[in-house]
Amino acid sequence: MSTAAQPREASGSGSSATTGGAVQKRNQPRPRRTERARAEARLGWLLAGPAFVLMLLVTIYPILQAAFDSLFSYRLTAPQDRAFVGLGNYGVVFTDPVFWADFGVTLLITVITVAVELVLGFALALVMNSAIKGLKGLLRTAILVPYGIITVVSAFAWFYAFDINTGYVNSWIGQPNLDWFGSGPTALVVIMASEIWKTTPFISLLLLSGLAQVPSELTEAAKVDGATWWERMSRVILPNMKAAIMVAVLFRALDAFRIFDNIFIMTNGAYGTETLSLLAYRTSIGRLEVGMGSAVSVVLFLLVILIAVIAIKGFKVDLAGGGKR
Amino acid sequence: MSHSKRMRRWLAAGVAVATAGLLAACSATNTGPPTLTWYINPDDGGQVDIAAKCTQASGGTYRIQTSLLPRDAASQREQLARRLAAGDSSLDIMSLDPPYVPELAEPGFLAPVPQTVIDQRTTDVVDGARKGAQWNGKYVVIPFWANTQLLWYRKSVVEKAGLDMSKPVTWDQIMNVARQTGTHLGVQGIRGESMTVWVNALMESQGQSIVIGNASSADQTQFGLDSPQGVKAAEIIGTIGREGLGGPGLTTQDENQSMSTFQGAKGSFMVNWPFVWPATQSAKPELISDIGWTTYPRVDANTESAPPLGGIMLGVGAKSKHTDLAFEAVTCITSPENQAHYFVTNGNPPASKAAYDDPQVAQKFPMAPVIRTSLDNAKPRPQTPYYNEVSTGLQQRWTPVQTVTDQTPAQTQQFLMQVLRGERLL
Repeated sequence: MSTAAQPREASGSGSSATTGGAVQKRNQPRPRRTERARAEARLGWLLAGPAFVLMLLVTIYPILQAAFDSLFSYRLTAPQDRAFVGLGNYGVVFTDPVFWADFGVTLLITVITVAVELVLGFALALVMNSAIKGLKGLLRTAILVPYGIITVVSAFAWFYAFDINTGYVNSWIGQPNLDWFGSGPTALVVIMASEIWKTTPFISLLLLSGLAQVPSELTEAAKVDGATWWERMSRVILPNMKAAIMVAVLFRALDAFRIFDNIFIMTNGAYGTETLSLLAYRTSIGRLEVGMGSAVSVVLFLLVILIAVIAIKGFKVDLAGGGKR
Repeated sequence: MSHSKRMRRWLAAGVAVATAGLLAACSATNTGPPTLTWYINPDDGGQVDIAAKCTQASGGTYRIQTSLLPRDAASQREQLARRLAAGDSSLDIMSLDPPYVPELAEPGFLAPVPQTVIDQRTTDVVDGARKGAQWNGKYVVIPFWANTQLLWYRKSVVEKAGLDMSKPVTWDQIMNVARQTGTHLGVQGIRGESMTVWVNALMESQGQSIVIGNASSADQTQFGLDSPQGVKAAEIIGTIGREGLGGPGLTTQDENQSMSTFQGAKGSFMVNWPFVWPATQSAKPELISDIGWTTYPRVDANTESAPPLGGIMLGVGAKSKHTDLAFEAVTCITSPENQAHYFVTNGNPPASKAAYDDPQVAQKFPMAPVIRTSLDNAKPRPQTPYYNEVSTGLQQRWTPVQTVTDQTPAQTQQFLMQVLRGERLL
């Protein structure tokens, strides 16, 4: 047992430090659990167990199948030509400029949308937090409306608003000949704006819960000590809601990295707006190249895992919401 | 104790109800004639009508029920190909877009067409549709309706420019008119299937094909893009893009949007399918008297153009439990009377030549004779099981249109060969 694991285990069981050998330490917490704690643990497993097993079944099987398929050159409409190619598909994926271009677009969308959403979401959370009681409910509902809209519907709304033939935005800004979806940069602006509009409420809600957890005694004490608004924000409020911020960033980053609907509806990946999810979809479903498409999907899956690991280990995000470790 | 007894009683009652329901469902499916499922593309209800008519005409031999496929052809293909690959036996009859026929025929997903059906339903068919219904020299599907593009023009613009429309015109001529009059050409510059349609028509109009020879194997597919004809096609498309002859929205312009361009104040010419006629009649009736039509523009003044070919073919699933009945139904569906009725009610031109003789057709579509001639000259898009790759690769390299140069055909050919060999992503 590593030394790093010891304090975690000890704090997890709620027991005081022990002095015995490694085996003793591992066994010790069990007899200390009360009947009630055991009953609670049992109930926990009973409640969460079926969902856990079901989740394993519906996620592990396709993941393993995709990993297996990715080792073959396999086209759905030519099953007789199926051939084992080992890591050949991955070789093609990693040496192809299309993959790297799509990876760049995905990363760009993730970084920009998450950063903007974080700032806007925090501002909205502050507004909601400091709104007078009677208005709070109404304000929260109003802010949540975009998040309640189905992404495909919001994507169509944004598309029709900006489209050169049907849109009204061009006449607002006095640019009737601006074809937003006719080139990558302008199309990405609309795609990202739509993404930000739709999911900022989600971030703001997560940040609001973090904001509510900052003890008011701390902010009041800082105020009494003569701290300015900025000092209270940067020295008291933000450090105390680090866990909430990191959870919000992690969830949104994972979500943004898999962006699909908006692009599928607005440009279908044309003119340099394609992301990795769309590439995986086009290869597996459009081209029916199950082998190559699975390889792209596996790479996308590994990248998502990587983001999660970096966020959880690197930035020490505590998903259980128990504050700092 | 009493609680558990009650539970058991409820459980028994539940099982009894469920069993009765299942038995009822089973017996319901076992009575009456066999049901054939016809997977249809969205239309104005014409295929549902024909299904009902043929069900009645069968005299109780079969019943046709329709099932709606997604709106765009690529999504229709995705759904059908996945189901066919999985051996779905519910695919009795399918409405298929012609370019995807080889992909489904090559692995044996389509049931072989009986000779009697071929004899009955392919002899009276326009040439373009006949070519599109075959793969490796054999009929694998039956033409239901056939589509082609015409050159539509605004009489006022043509008059102003002094262009004689009684003779076939060329792309260079219509581009010149657009330049002279400051008007826009209704062409499709969007990254989509319509781009392949355009490139293919420009190539075939010069007697060259995008894919040459037998294309049943990915490695051996030969391309004709890297050729003087490919360069000429690129010159036409690139010039329209760079000079803005297609209007400001060209890069995202599909068939519907090019119709809007054509109907607008700067409309001049448009290459488009006949659906634009009923659509304009209902949306802009005041324009009708200003609209004329002729055959698809030529590339070379002395060579007849090869207009695009579209439409719908009917295929029968190899795993269908009633292939014989399905072909019987296909024979009924594709009768010249049904095709003429479908044209008049839904605006989709018949594949059968006899259907054009229907007086209702001539009355509703005054351009029907031009459509029929065009269908005889029409050439299908590349016939290969790898059509999706060829078309998508082409679309990626030939859009945005203003970037198309004389290098584009050679680069596209190189790229497509790499994709088909599995060396590149698409």
